[in-house]
Amino acid sequence: MSWTQFFFYVFAGLSLLCALMVVTRRNAVHSAIFLIITFFFMAAVFVILKAELLAAVQVLVYAGGVVSLMLYVIMLVKAEEASQVKQNLGQIAIAAFIALLLALQVGSIVYLYFAQKPAGKAAVEALKYGGNTEGIGALLYTKYLFPFEVASVLLLAAMVGAIVLAKNRLER
Amino acid sequence: MWHDLGLALLRIVIVFAVALFFVAYLTYLERKIIGHMQVRMGPMRVGPHGLLQPIADGLKLFFKEDIVPTEAYRLTFYFAPILCLVCALVLFAIIPVDKNFMITRLNIGLLYVLSIASVGVMGIILAGWSSGSKYSLLGGLRSAAQMFSYEIFLGFSLIGPLMIAGSLDLVKIVEAQKVPLIVYQPVAFVIYLIAALGEINRVPFDLPEAESELVAGFHTEYSGMKFAYFFLAEYANMLIVSAIATIVFLAGWKGPVLPGWLWFLIKMSIFVFFFIWVRATFPRYRYDQFMGIGWKIMLPLVLANIVVTGIVMMLV
Repeated sequence: MSWTQFFFYVFAGLSLLCALMVVTRRNAVHSAIFLIITFFFMAAVFVILKAELLAAVQVLVYAGGVVSLMLYVIMLVKAEEASQVKQNLGQIAIAAFIALLLALQVGSIVYLYFAQKPAGKAAVEALKYGGNTEGIGALLYTKYLFPFEVASVLLLAAMVGAIVLAKNRLER
Repeated sequence: MWHDLGLALLRIVIVFAVALFFVAYLTYLERKIIGHMQVRMGPMRVGPHGLLQPIADGLKLFFKEDIVPTEAYRLTFYFAPILCLVCALVLFAIIPVDKNFMITRLNIGLLYVLSIASVGVMGIILAGWSSGSKYSLLGGLRSAAQMFSYEIFLGFSLIGPLMIAGSLDLVKIVEAQKVPLIVYQPVAFVIYLIAALGEINRVPFDLPEAESELVAGFHTEYSGMKFAYFFLAEYANMLIVSAIATIVFLAGWKGPVLPGWLWFLIKMSIFVFFFIWVRATFPRYRYDQFMGIGWKIMLPLVLANIVVTGIVMMLV
């Protein structure tokens, strides 16, 4: 086992462990802290896969942005109230369906690996463009321009929706 | 392999020793400069002209009683200052002081700085929350809102220069500058400086620790070494912000006659002096004014700067 592999297993294992802690902690702030740590370990895995840009974006957007915003809200909830929040919302059917989809996805990757078929060449392909940042930028604005724009319009719509919901409540 | 490892370790030791020395004496420098600007002497008692003051301060903080409030969430309370300091110190790893002197070279250098800095904010938020005190919580909330906003302007103000330099690698950014980028990007430079003031929590934007309203904001409940960690992190961040400004806008180590590292330090100290000078000059902003400036003036300006830079680059 090479050093790269060794570190991959260490980081992957730790990120799984922290992800487990995220869903089992009762205190929401502790969950958020573990979520940050999970993102850090995932960034480390990205670095091992030679996807430095993804690693940096992972930390910048998720750990630095999304989780801080979540913390901002969670901090205002008192700890005693937070521990009385209902943990089970009766969404078992939906959750099971999503978990099944995820399991199928993971299964397909495992299958591709054991069938000796190439599962992903993204990092190798990116090197053709002379680096990670250039590679992702070039692909995003040529080959995948349409999905990229669709995603950004979707985010814009979500933002407008959030503002409308918040405004309604304020005016009432 | 062992030779490389030894060399890397030596570099790490040198960079961190120098960085910590600078951070310690930055506190002395700040008190001295502000003192003279206000027609006072500043620290004078410990050693000649108070030169040993930072060491005395360090020793004092080290031996102080370490108080943890009963309402505090212990583990997070201990974790927050360490997160702050670590996030500030690991940034020194990629600062190219000279053409060949840096701990490591990353091809995503600038993005690394921004992302680690954004995690450093978390230390402040967690400190505010875990203290179990209303003042701290308010300070933490304020710093959260402030730093999200100012991080965005900080990142956007660097996009213009990046488009011209064509790389995220700090070494390549310096090498791409035949003329310092401040000549082509004056608007981005000014916005960067303002956003940097907001990002490192200094007067006139030190709202998270506004002592007239919030006691000491997020670090009200901290004492001893844990307080010192926040203090060191703040000054280390000041050095980092100055170093990035030097690299991106003032062509880093480039300059005639003098060796590169000396040029780098001279340019960096100009920014450090500027930040201290601002503190002695401006009063604190009100919170709503401060957010208004950010979102209503700086954001449109910085977006316009990116668009104009793009158009000019297409035409030239």
